[in-house]
Amino acid sequence: MIARLLSALSAALCLLLAACASPPLRGTGDLGVVIERARGSVQIVEQSARRSLGRVDGLGDLSHASVVFSRDGRYAYVFGRDGGLSQVDVLSQRLVKRVMQAGNSIGGAISSDGRIVAAQNYQPGGVKLFDADTLELLAEVSTGGSKVVGLADLPGNRFAFSLFEAGEIWLIDASQPRAPQVTRYPNIGRQPYDGLASQDGRHYLAGLYGEDGLALLDTWQPEQGVRRILNGYGRGRAALPVYKMPHLRGWSLAGDYAFLPAIGHHQVLIADRRSWQEVARVPVHGQPVFVMAEPGGRRVWVNFAFPHNDTVQVIDVPSRQIVATLKPGRAILHMEFTARGDAVWLSSRDDNRLTVIDTATLNTIAELDAEQPSGIFFTWRAQRMGM
Amino acid sequence: MNWRALAVLGLSLASAAHAAEPPSPARAAALSHMLHQECGACHGLRLTGGLGSPLTAAALADKPADSLTATILDGRPGSAMPPWRPFVSADEARWLVEQLQQGRLP
Ligand code: HEC
Repeated sequence: MIARLLSALSAALCLLLAACASPPLRGTGDLGVVIERARGSVQIVEQSARRSLGRVDGLGDLSHASVVFSRDGRYAYVFGRDGGLSQVDVLSQRLVKRVMQAGNSIGGAISSDGRIVAAQNYQPGGVKLFDADTLELLAEVSTGGSKVVGLADLPGNRFAFSLFEAGEIWLIDASQPRAPQVTRYPNIGRQPYDGLASQDGRHYLAGLYGEDGLALLDTWQPEQGVRRILNGYGRGRAALPVYKMPHLRGWSLAGDYAFLPAIGHHQVLIADRRSWQEVARVPVHGQPVFVMAEPGGRRVWVNFAFPHNDTVQVIDVPSRQIVATLKPGRAILHMEFTARGDAVWLSSRDDNRLTVIDTATLNTIAELDAEQPSGIFFTWRAQRMGM
Repeated sequence: MNWRALAVLGLSLASAAHAAEPPSPARAAALSHMLHQECGACHGLRLTGGLGSPLTAAALADKPADSLTATILDGRPGSAMPPWRPFVSADEARWLVEQLQQGRLP
């Protein structure tokens, strides 16, 4: 009896001690990373509890920073403006490794096998491939100084990206990571500003700043080359100034439709995903920056460039009507849905705040402090092509 | 105040007329915020460049202030630089250029 009690006691004590010595086991699927652009830090957040778990500092200049995740959702690779590439452990909330890989960088992607991290650079241009574990440089693809935009992963350890000055789409096959093979598609249109790969990895789309239209590559039929879609969407109307470049990613394609920002027009373009023909234009509050379909595709959320960046609008897809206009804070820079879309997190740079909105009721269900937050990245991205 | 002090005051007023009228402290703070945040969207938070060219003192040192001011006010057609006339006055644009060229808004 006494012996039993003792052993039970000691077991309880062990548990207690273990709990003190190391945090309880947990997965990363409910976590995310929020960029604090001016402080050069990220916060690790928990989606369901809607709270911050901690902060990792020392990541450099994070204006326009973006993040991709390792396959196991444990490591966040943070691409900073100053060319820094940082590997952050979201579980232990630690900076694991950091390399300065360029003078001026804009984002990156991770390969389909999860072993190569690719960084896209403005200065000196080009794409660099790194070993995802060690951040050792594997190869460098020079673009002759042209700025690289819209880098996206494709199946088979391939990547696609566009060249702002040169007006080209390049496809790289990194199945030999130290000797990537490049296929160039020239003359895709003037000044591509960003690009996206569809969630099935089939289509690559580049948005054009210098022309009304987008360039489309069907990677199932690469021999057919790049074709223009939604050409001349602004025809006959003077373009308005663009105070911030829109961002394109896989969330633009949902169900039967593609939802895209019209450059220089206060409109969201809706195209048929099979024919790529325009089906509608929805007038909105300003120049769209992010045009994001909810994971279910039923509604599309839009935020806007300066000076309209205090507003977020929600478009109902079947009726193509704006069903809500929200004012969630000053300088709303980014939105991130949970994987199944029950909530959306918004960053308000000038209110130093994250706002969590219940997508069913559109009510604010939580607010968190953050220093000039910009991008919010949830770990579901680890499992998604084109993210 | 003697005539000498008056003359000095007059001189400094006259030279100020050539430079930009400095904005009020509150407006200066707003302009600095705009520069790093909104301009920073293209030129980088630390103005070291992005889609837009660097706006560091070194990058702008040899460029005529008038043309830089005009670029801010009216943008550069054919490039991604938009016109800011709706948001800044000519004096404020000139003041921004002065601050940038002297590296005073790091
Ligand atoms: C949407 C992107 C964008 C934004 C926002 C932007 N710029 Fe620019 N800016 C550019 C680009 C691109 C250039 C280079 C133009 C060229 O190719 O000649 C440029 C050029 C300039 C130049 C000329 C630099 C030189 O070396 O000749 C100045 C000065 C300038 N910008 C100031 C500003 C200021 C001040 C703001 C904010 C009030 C601002 N810019 C906001 C894109 C932008």
